[in-house]
Amino acid sequence: MAAGLAKEHTPMDAAFCAPAVSIRNLDIRFGSGASQFTALSKVSVDIPQGGFVTMLGPSGCGKSTLLRCVADLVPISGGTVSVNGQTPRQAREGRDFAFVFQEATLLPWRTVIDNVRLPLEVGRHGPGSSYADPAQLLDMVGLKGRENALPDELSGGQRQRVAIARALVTRPRILLMDEPFGALDEITRDKLNEELLRLWQETGTTILFVTHSIPEAVFLGQHVLMLQSHPGRVKEFLKVDLPFPRSLKIRDTLEFVKITAHLRALLEEC
Amino acid sequence: MSEIAPSTKIAAGDADMSGRQDAPLPLGVCLQKGVMNWLANRWPTITAAIGCIVLWQSVITVFSVPTFMAPAPLEVLAALRDNAGVLWTNLLPTLMEALAGFFFGNLAAILLAVWFVHNSNAEKAFYPIAVFIKSIPIIALAPILVLIFGNGVAPKIIIAGLICFFPTLVNMVQGLRSASPAMLDLMRVLSASQMEILWKVRLPASMPFLFAALRIAATSCVMGAIVAEWIGSSFGLGALIIEATYNFRSPLLYATVMIAAALAVTLFSIVSLAEKKIVRWKTSNH
Ligand SMILES: Nc1ncnc2c1ncn2[C@@H]1O[C@H](COP(=O)(O)OP(=O)(O)OP(=O)(O)O)[C@@H](O)[C@H]1O
Ligand SMILES: [Mg+2]
Repeated sequence: MAAGLAKEHTPMDAAFCAPAVSIRNLDIRFGSGASQFTALSKVSVDIPQGGFVTMLGPSGCGKSTLLRCVADLVPISGGTVSVNGQTPRQAREGRDFAFVFQEATLLPWRTVIDNVRLPLEVGRHGPGSSYADPAQLLDMVGLKGRENALPDELSGGQRQRVAIARALVTRPRILLMDEPFGALDEITRDKLNEELLRLWQETGTTILFVTHSIPEAVFLGQHVLMLQSHPGRVKEFLKVDLPFPRSLKIRDTLEFVKITAHLRALLEEC
Repeated sequence: MSEIAPSTKIAAGDADMSGRQDAPLPLGVCLQKGVMNWLANRWPTITAAIGCIVLWQSVITVFSVPTFMAPAPLEVLAALRDNAGVLWTNLLPTLMEALAGFFFGNLAAILLAVWFVHNSNAEKAFYPIAVFIKSIPIIALAPILVLIFGNGVAPKIIIAGLICFFPTLVNMVQGLRSASPAMLDLMRVLSASQMEILWKVRLPASMPFLFAALRIAATSCVMGAIVAEWIGSSFGLGALIIEATYNFRSPLLYATVMIAAALAVTLFSIVSLAEKKIVRWKTSNH
């Protein structure tokens, strides 16, 4: 499964161990003139190859903006962003990353399997691109047998699983997720968290994951990137010293509670 | 069974289910069941319709209204039978004009809407003109078009088309814009071209809006064709209406109006049926 899903990483990557995403002195400003608004200011951070980084911060501090900037959805005002050594635009056109939104954003007129196929039907495809099998992906996210259902017929959690399968179909090396489980109930969220961790370990995909939940950030992340607002900047880049594979029980350990308490205190300062 | 059941969704569904659960029922029983279900669902409509006709007949009889003023239902029925040939030969041109107007009017509106959505300057330039044309009363426009295009079918098709055009343009622009920003972000992340976004997202998203407009257009294109035939035309249901009125042939007039209404209802049903086949997903705005 692991080899089947991840793109083969070239030896070059391993040799240099270059970060998957490298952000240097990033500035993002919206608007112009008097109404100009600085969303992000002098942000520098490296997301390691194959790493799982979760992003926390007060509402409006620029988490989504940072993620959207990596995905080439927001133009850069200053500084550099490099995704696998390329500009965000090149990375987007080369299908280096996939994006999972807070809403599943499935096309309601397409069946589940056709939604998963969508990335294969649009955009440019390099000659060497190899893609995952949509049916197999649906099986992996636990939706075998629902291939021909319409999105309306699924629950919120199931829809988000379809969105994740759709993101994985191009075998992206980087997965950008903006509060993907934010609209789900806690039980579903816990289940999907565990599945996401398993998936990450199986595929070796780099994941950058925005969340509002401190426990979720600590449970999932190898690192937690904490942003603060006015203007948006890095507050802390914290390594989470908890062993993998992690199970939900880890949240009851003293280590886990200590880290969440620390992050909560940090968040209050922001 | 398919002749009867589809007119009510529930009846068809019930018949299907009973067929699946038990051993397959003989066709005769299915048919009977379909009719019964249809009646069960539609009896208020049917009763009301019969009631109206009975009321109409009795008012005419009780007050002895002269036929030239208002014919009784039975007289209208007789006129339908006696003038079947005339009605048929005049129905065909009206049908043709209405269909052609429906097709060209909606096609123009859809193409223009696609252009507007991709080019805001085009929208700024032409939207006001479209609004201006829309605000000219269609009856006032008819003589102008007859003067320009003469007595043939052209002015009728243009008027039928114009009447369809504006509601479809407005709805289609709204429909093409109804794709959520998140969906457009998704397509951008996938590096989709404008053409792919149009075909895969914008056009499907606009379908419920388009059909809402097409349902209006299905009845108004018949009206447009008939109104156009009122002005210096020698054929079509509209011309027949004028002729029957001037000659005090009230039963024929009523029969013609019935045919025109039946035509509009038929077109409306066809559009509704197509909508049911195409728009299968749940839509929030309808
Ligand atoms: N397109 C835009 N134009 C102008 N301002 C914007 C735009 N997008 C975001 N902003 C502003 O940038 C700031 C950061 O927004 P962003 O959505 O990144 O916050 P966030 O951290 O994701 O918040 P939340 O946790 O509530 O999702 C906000 O103040 C927002 O108003
Ligand atoms: Mg956000």
